[in-house]
Amino acid sequence: MDQILRSIIDSDIIVYVIMALLPMVWIVPYALFAVYLERKISAHMQDRLGPMRTGGWHGWAQTIADILKLIQKEDIVPKAADRKLHYLAPYVVFIGSYAAFAAIPFSTAYIGSNINIGLFYIVAVSAIVVVGILMAGWSSNNKWSLLGAIRSAAQIVSYEIPTTLALLTVVMLAGTLNLQEINQQQAGWFWNWFALRKFPFLFIAFIIYFVASLAETNRTPFDIPEAESELVAGYHTEYSGMKFAFFFLAEYANMFAVSAIASTLFLGGWNSPFGNFMNGPVWGVFWFLSKGMFFVVIQMWLRWTLPRLRVDQLMYVSWKVLTPWAFGCIIAVGFWMMM
Amino acid sequence: MKAYFGSIFQSLWTVLIGMKVTFRHLFTPAVTIQYPDVKLKLPERARNRLYVNMDDCIGCFQCDMACPVDCVSIETVKALPTDDLGATSTGQKKRLWVTKFDIDIAKCCYCGLCVPPCPTECIKMTDVYEFSEYERSNFVYSFSTMTPAEVADAKAKLAAYDKEQAAIKAAAAEARPVAPKSPQPASSSEPGAKKAS
Repeated sequence: MDQILRSIIDSDIIVYVIMALLPMVWIVPYALFAVYLERKISAHMQDRLGPMRTGGWHGWAQTIADILKLIQKEDIVPKAADRKLHYLAPYVVFIGSYAAFAAIPFSTAYIGSNINIGLFYIVAVSAIVVVGILMAGWSSNNKWSLLGAIRSAAQIVSYEIPTTLALLTVVMLAGTLNLQEINQQQAGWFWNWFALRKFPFLFIAFIIYFVASLAETNRTPFDIPEAESELVAGYHTEYSGMKFAFFFLAEYANMFAVSAIASTLFLGGWNSPFGNFMNGPVWGVFWFLSKGMFFVVIQMWLRWTLPRLRVDQLMYVSWKVLTPWAFGCIIAVGFWMMM
Repeated sequence: MKAYFGSIFQSLWTVLIGMKVTFRHLFTPAVTIQYPDVKLKLPERARNRLYVNMDDCIGCFQCDMACPVDCVSIETVKALPTDDLGATSTGQKKRLWVTKFDIDIAKCCYCGLCVPPCPTECIKMTDVYEFSEYERSNFVYSFSTMTPAEVADAKAKLAAYDKEQAAIKAAAAEARPVAPKSPQPASSSEPGAKKAS
């Protein structure tokens, strides 16, 4: 992709800018659609209808109207807030989730930066989100926000461990951190996917990754940082207008980023599930996005199924269940590879 | 140890059960009623906006007296014997001009107590419930079919008739030789009192 662009455009900088903005072309429409989809899914799961009025057919324009409203809204900063941090926090959160897209392979032809430590980079850079969340909670000078931020930091830091360990099992098998290479190793039919190799250990690792990623994106049942019933809205209680929209966008971007990593590492990424059927750079984008969306839908499905965990249950799941099992998977896969 | 594995298995299993339930509900038809487009059928005897069929009203004040919140206000003027106001659908002869029949629906408590006393069944609860207004004064519903001119006309005619009758009575009293003169001023003031009522 960048070679094609380079042949058309002389300037390197313009090529970089275009390459950097391409995921945005997907994320913004995706976030608008996903918010609508989430409202529809939640509504139908509760035997309601969800938005039905805006735009005519089944309220399709609801999220567009919402974002227009958010753009027009007054941007309120609390008097007691730390203004600089308060302004900075939503952007840090969004940068943290957007930066992860730099190393995610959308297709054979398009990856923001084909670096050999891609996976490591994603794990590292997505930790910036915690900094942003803490910044938001602290600068709001509000007890709900601070409580939410503290919970969020505790949760994300705890769940980074099983997430990374689960990813490590794949890395052991693939022998590389480059996501394009990991994808290439899963070429062919769907039984070549890493989730189905060394059965059932990588499958368990996949489940562990998925559960932990829910916690990392602060989604229900691990949404205690923004538990509406206890903390108003957690770390973004004091945010309004576009800053709130940025938190929202970051949450949905994050949801897709984790889903994309899950599909890349465990479900073959841009590979077609059926060998050479519908395979190729353009179809790759289709397969990659549909696998990602599949996980996003499952995240929503879980959110509207499960109640929120208690803080101690949350820590129990991370430290006593996911982490030991992830270690177990690593050891088992290691032994299997030695044999 | 058994409890540990048991709880893991149970949590995974119950999550799947929950997901099955929500998935099934994804395809069950929604219970939502798209209100302005679709409306629920009201019960047969639902009490909503009052309606008065003035063709049948005889101005008997029964509903006014029954109303616990005084939201009905009626004024009537006697009809002359020469006037024919027609009859109600129940065959009762109408004897009064109903010059005013106002119901302040904002005061109404929808108890329906005004409905059973009505001898001609002309006041009733309808199934209309969408009648919000921006001004409270718009809630005073005037049911009287008479125009102000007609009301004034009816009042003037009655006053003239009363005067005439008083004059006839006075003439009759004068004609009687034994009767004392004293009641005459009292009877002459009588039409004025009637007019006020």
